Amino acid sequence: MATLEIRDLHVTVEADNATKEILKGVDLTVKQGETHAIMGPNGSGKSTLAYSLAGHPKYTITSGTVLLDGEDVLEMSVDERARAGLFLAMQYPVEVPGVSVSNFLRTSATAIRGEAPKLRTWVKEVKETMERLHMDPSFAERNVNEGFSGGEKKRHEILQLELLKPKIAILDETDSGLDVDALRIVSEGVNRVRETGQVGTLLITHYTRILRYIKPDHVHVFAGGRIVESGGPELADKLENEGYEAYTKGGASE
Amino acid sequence: MAEAQNIPVGSTTAGQIAVAAESTVATRMSAPPSFDVADFPVPHGREEEWRFTPLERLRGLHDGTATATGEGVKVDVQAPEGVTVETVGRDDARLGRAGAPVDRIAAQAYSAFEKASVVTVPKETVLAEPVRIAVHGQGGTAYGHQVIELGAFAEAVVVIDHTGDAVLAANVDYLLGDGAKLTVVSVQDWDDKSVHVAQHNARIGRDASFKSVVVTFGGDLVRLHPRVTYAGPGGEAELIGLYFTDSGQHQEHRLFVDHNTPHCKSNVVYKGALQGEDAHAVWIGDVLIEAKAEGTDTYEMNRNLVLTDGARVDSVPNLEIETGEIVGAGHASATGRFDDEQLFYLMARGIPEQDARRLVVRGFFAELVQQIGVADIEARLIEKIEAELEATV
Ligand SMILES: Nc1ncnc2c1ncn2[C@@H]1O[C@H](COP(=O)(O)OP(=O)(O)OP(=O)(O)O)[C@@H](O)[C@H]1O
Ligand SMILES: [Mg+2]
Repeated sequence: MATLEIRDLHVTVEADNATKEILKGVDLTVKQGETHAIMGPNGSGKSTLAYSLAGHPKYTITSGTVLLDGEDVLEMSVDERARAGLFLAMQYPVEVPGVSVSNFLRTSATAIRGEAPKLRTWVKEVKETMERLHMDPSFAERNVNEGFSGGEKKRHEILQLELLKPKIAILDETDSGLDVDALRIVSEGVNRVRETGQVGTLLITHYTRILRYIKPDHVHVFAGGRIVESGGPELADKLENEGYEAYTKGGASE
Repeated sequence: MAEAQNIPVGSTTAGQIAVAAESTVATRMSAPPSFDVADFPVPHGREEEWRFTPLERLRGLHDGTATATGEGVKVDVQAPEGVTVETVGRDDARLGRAGAPVDRIAAQAYSAFEKASVVTVPKETVLAEPVRIAVHGQGGTAYGHQVIELGAFAEAVVVIDHTGDAVLAANVDYLLGDGAKLTVVSVQDWDDKSVHVAQHNARIGRDASFKSVVVTFGGDLVRLHPRVTYAGPGGEAELIGLYFTDSGQHQEHRLFVDHNTPHCKSNVVYKGALQGEDAHAVWIGDVLIEAKAEGTDTYEMNRNLVLTDGARVDSVPNLEIETGEIVGAGHASATGRFDDEQLFYLMARGIPEQDARRLVVRGFFAELVQQIGVADIEARLIEKIEAELEATV
């Protein structure tokens, strides 16, 4: 069973000629089949955690370890991490002009699966997955994320999640910017993947709204660059009622 | 009506991209067009039309010190039945009718060439196969002149392929009779040391259509000057360009469309990718809509994709409009970096770095490659792009 183990992760960024520590010792274990919600105030470092796991070059790991099934993730390049089974649905997906969605998806699936998917079954797979996400077929011919609305970008991320079937999926604020209908459609997509029992999910969010659709097994409060409290789904209800104030007093979020 | 967008570099500050300020067609030239080299002063480099060009790398083409050598370049013309191919002397009356040289090197070429090739497609002749002109550099210096003339309602595709090692200055005339259709593909696939400076003059007859495809890969310095004028109303010009500028290369494309006749169209799209230290691409797009050119419809666009640090682009679209009675006029220029965020996004989906770059560059050129319409050139182009990417990335 796939397991992602994060131990005492410290991460810095370079900003304005200064080095700033954002993650200050994150510990977390996510197993295949589990869903962990990470909830925290703006600026607490949630995206930094997500990007660091995916290997974004802007973030420097100063100490700690990340293991996927015992393999050292931090030693891997960005594409190697993806091929090892890590997937990051981004908070702000990037536009790639000149590259069509269909070409992108196929190139990506080929890389992840280690061989080109059979054309006939692939076309059908993409078409059906897009249908379930209520994406118009014309998106396949558009350039990656170019001119997509916020909600369309998020659907496109979940489309990739469904097609690439990672071992560990990190969903960074997949709920933000979605109206209620879109939130439901996107959540259903995530749930389809979860129901296979093959994926461990790290659901990063600011709001509890998405947790009505995607039921987490564990909830962690993230503040000031680390997990400050962990619990079951009931912790989300507490956050819903009380907000993050208890965790951010004294500038803990900075 | 005129729309200009200059988007330098996206979010990153690395890589030098200069999008130069606009200036007007009228002030750009330091002397009026002439066939005589003596009418042009030797450029010193600060003139508007020379300021982007490294004169010291022109190997003397600009100052009269480059003398033609016997075996400069070899020109081989293969034409299907029905086409007349001639080699003629300087005094042939058919030379120089599409436009006069506008700068010193073009005038130098006109003053110094000894033999010209004249390719004639008689009226109403429709060629099933392209005319292929191979210009192969043999390590020497040469001045050239070529004329491609289509009679009324003739249709032809001409491929001019430049390879080898040469220092070459040339003028190429395209004369299109009424209703004629000409596609010209000029490929600059020179060896690394070559220097190539040429003026292309197209004169488009009534209701004729001209498509120019300029593909520049090779050479140390390539400076091309495609120019279009119209001989009657209803003419159409489509100017497509692709360049891939590598480390140390200077590739300059200076276009001029003179809407001197009513109810003509022009559409210009040039795209370039750059990579490597001191890769320098220059694109000048001048479009003039003269007062008498009512009903003009024109659009020009230049896009550049900067793949690595250290490359430089100067892109100057310039539209000058002397009449408001037109159908449309616009221009756009954009230079963007293949930035780290795009790379990260693609790699985060398992795609290796090389493949990610290839995907983006291919996508960038794809739409233009498909418009070439000459299958073997399209295939070769894609191969070339791949090879360029392999070489340096
Ligand atoms: N590349 C960067 N350069 C400079 N500062 C950064 C960078 N990335 C993150 N930071 C800073 O690190 C802190 C944490 O940012 P991060 O985006 O991880 O927060 P977040 O919890 O995801 O917030 P949000 O809820 O708004 O998405 C912020 O103060 C942010 O400004
Ligand atoms: Mg965030």
